[in-house]
Amino acid sequence: MLNIENLHVSVGDKPILKGINLQVKPGEIHAIMGPNGSGKSTLSHVLSGKSGYTVTQGQVTYEGKDLTEMAPEIRAREGVFLAFQYPVEIPGVSNIYLLKAALNSIRKHQGLPEVDAMDFLTLIKEKVRLLEMDERFLYRAVNEGFSGGEKKRNEILQMAVLEPKLCILDETDSGLDIDALKVVAEGVNSIRLPERSFVMITHYQRLLDYIKPDFVHVLAHGQIVKSGGPELALELEEKGYSWVENKQAA
Amino acid sequence: MTTQTASRYTAEYSKIEAKLPGGSLPWLLELRNDALKQFSGRGFPSLREEEWRYTNVSSIEKNLFEPRLEPSDQQIDKDWLKNYCLADCWQIVLVDGYYSAELSNLAGIPKNVTIKSLNELLDADAEQVEPYFGKAVSIDEHSFVAFNTAWFGDGAFIRIPAKTLLDKPVQLLHVVTDPNRLAATRNLVIAESMAQAQMIETYVGVDQAYLSAAVTEVFVEPNADLTMFKLQCESEKAYHFGGTYVKQSRDARFSHHNFAFGSLLARSDIHVDLGHASECNLNGLYLGIKRQHLDNHTRINHLEPYAVSREVYKGVLDDRARGVFQGRVVVAEDAQKTDSEMNNRNLLLSNDAEVDTKPQLEIYADDVKCAHGVTVGQLDEKSVFYLQSRCVDEETARNMLTFAFANEMVTKIKQKSLHDLVLAEVLKRFPQQGITQDWL
Repeated sequence: MLNIENLHVSVGDKPILKGINLQVKPGEIHAIMGPNGSGKSTLSHVLSGKSGYTVTQGQVTYEGKDLTEMAPEIRAREGVFLAFQYPVEIPGVSNIYLLKAALNSIRKHQGLPEVDAMDFLTLIKEKVRLLEMDERFLYRAVNEGFSGGEKKRNEILQMAVLEPKLCILDETDSGLDIDALKVVAEGVNSIRLPERSFVMITHYQRLLDYIKPDFVHVLAHGQIVKSGGPELALELEEKGYSWVENKQAA
Repeated sequence: MTTQTASRYTAEYSKIEAKLPGGSLPWLLELRNDALKQFSGRGFPSLREEEWRYTNVSSIEKNLFEPRLEPSDQQIDKDWLKNYCLADCWQIVLVDGYYSAELSNLAGIPKNVTIKSLNELLDADAEQVEPYFGKAVSIDEHSFVAFNTAWFGDGAFIRIPAKTLLDKPVQLLHVVTDPNRLAATRNLVIAESMAQAQMIETYVGVDQAYLSAAVTEVFVEPNADLTMFKLQCESEKAYHFGGTYVKQSRDARFSHHNFAFGSLLARSDIHVDLGHASECNLNGLYLGIKRQHLDNHTRINHLEPYAVSREVYKGVLDDRARGVFQGRVVVAEDAQKTDSEMNNRNLLLSNDAEVDTKPQLEIYADDVKCAHGVTVGQLDEKSVFYLQSRCVDEETARNMLTFAFANEMVTKIKQKSLHDLVLAEVLKRFPQQGITQDWL
């Protein structure tokens, strides 16, 4: 599904990612862990198409197509969803408006007619129930005045409505207390499907207690320095990032 | 100049003079004469005046707009007018500047509340008017105030007595039905001590050139709480000059929401004098398209200590439209512990659109907290990217964010019928595809 080969990325003249290799197959859950400054967020930004990053070498293919050639909205319509570390507040645009605009953009992309207003309401109300959210939430402005937990849940709601094939969670656990973290993790788990893949980018192991990854990769200095199963996350938690960073240096 | 005075309008005055209200009231006659003299000498404001340097009003001298001499008996398109008559409000309707009993709806208004035609009240009980008339603004303020004082034919008088809480807003609906008509109205609003009320001024008219010149004097007495909305939806060929002049007594609260959407050329003045520990909120939104020129002029005078003022004005200018914001906050020497914030944010959507913004702080006290900020710019790129990452193409994203920028001011309106009307007017100018109003 997602194939990253020898990816090098710079911001300005500064190389950040220095040869990332990663393969994600349908239904797999990958966790990418790493210390601050290792390039975690850069990776998620490059995958989602944020401007300001230059791919200097290597390639990223998604379902056989070159992902880096696509505009951000095309990636999203093709099924790549980025859950933001810091979801943006958009006063004046209600959640329901954004969801409808997003869903119709996907349908247009797929050559389908716009969603019928009644069907749309039925659909999102079902998703809201699935995530145990309050319906009134839909009529509030996107993320405006939301708590950290609410913002992250809103990202999950969007994900549930847009039904992506590949979900990238960028430090979804950051800024959440343990209760909020549980709620968000349950939300993610509730939209898991056999063919839906996840890439979770995180600093801490604790998210992985709630969402079990199939693979764990450790990112340091712009490269994946170690890959393994879920047990790698526990080992990291115990020994700290200096363990892998030093190992690489040695 | 066709006469020796500075304005063609002065020569026409003798035709209407006898018909104007209050001819038997010496205090009003004197005031009118002073105003006429003032106006004859100066004419309409010129670009040389600092407060008018961005707004050229000379076109109202080119057409000679004529006032009605008495209330209109013309049939009005009631289906059209219905669009602007807000549900869950009492209505006082002024047609071409004159009160229309037929169109007004004051059924069930509490008996102690006065809502009347100013013209009728000057005939019947001028003593109610005299203590307030010309007390919130003087004819020296600028020529339009002098012009209005000399020319006004009618208006609304609204008094909410002490400790009265009005559970529905009062809508003052100004309608102009004729081309080349001058509608000069004078309104007085008094919220007595501890009263609480909401008022909505709405300006609409036929799709023609006409001139609306209104002055509204507002008195918010101790501890009273008054919220006013102004929805200026004049025809796109019309000229609108509307001033709201407010005096707030001790501990009074006043909020004003100013929506400037219509007119070819519009100028709005909101002036507030703040008493001890009073509080005012001024919100504004101006949306200019085509060749509209929308000028908003606010002044907040902190005259006494401990008052709080908050001001947010937003503008969106497209095509060849031009916006003006002049916001002045004056803190008098005695007004210690003043707390004031002023903010003006503008979006320019085309290369030919223009905005002139000038915030001014004049502080004569030494223990105050005052802040002001102005932005003229483009949309937040982070937000554009966020929407793109949610499948929305860039152009639609920008369109949504422009709408959102304006809608943020609309969402402050809690009265549903007004909210829906204002939102509909915003959507006319910035349509959002496939979205029903209920979802915004």
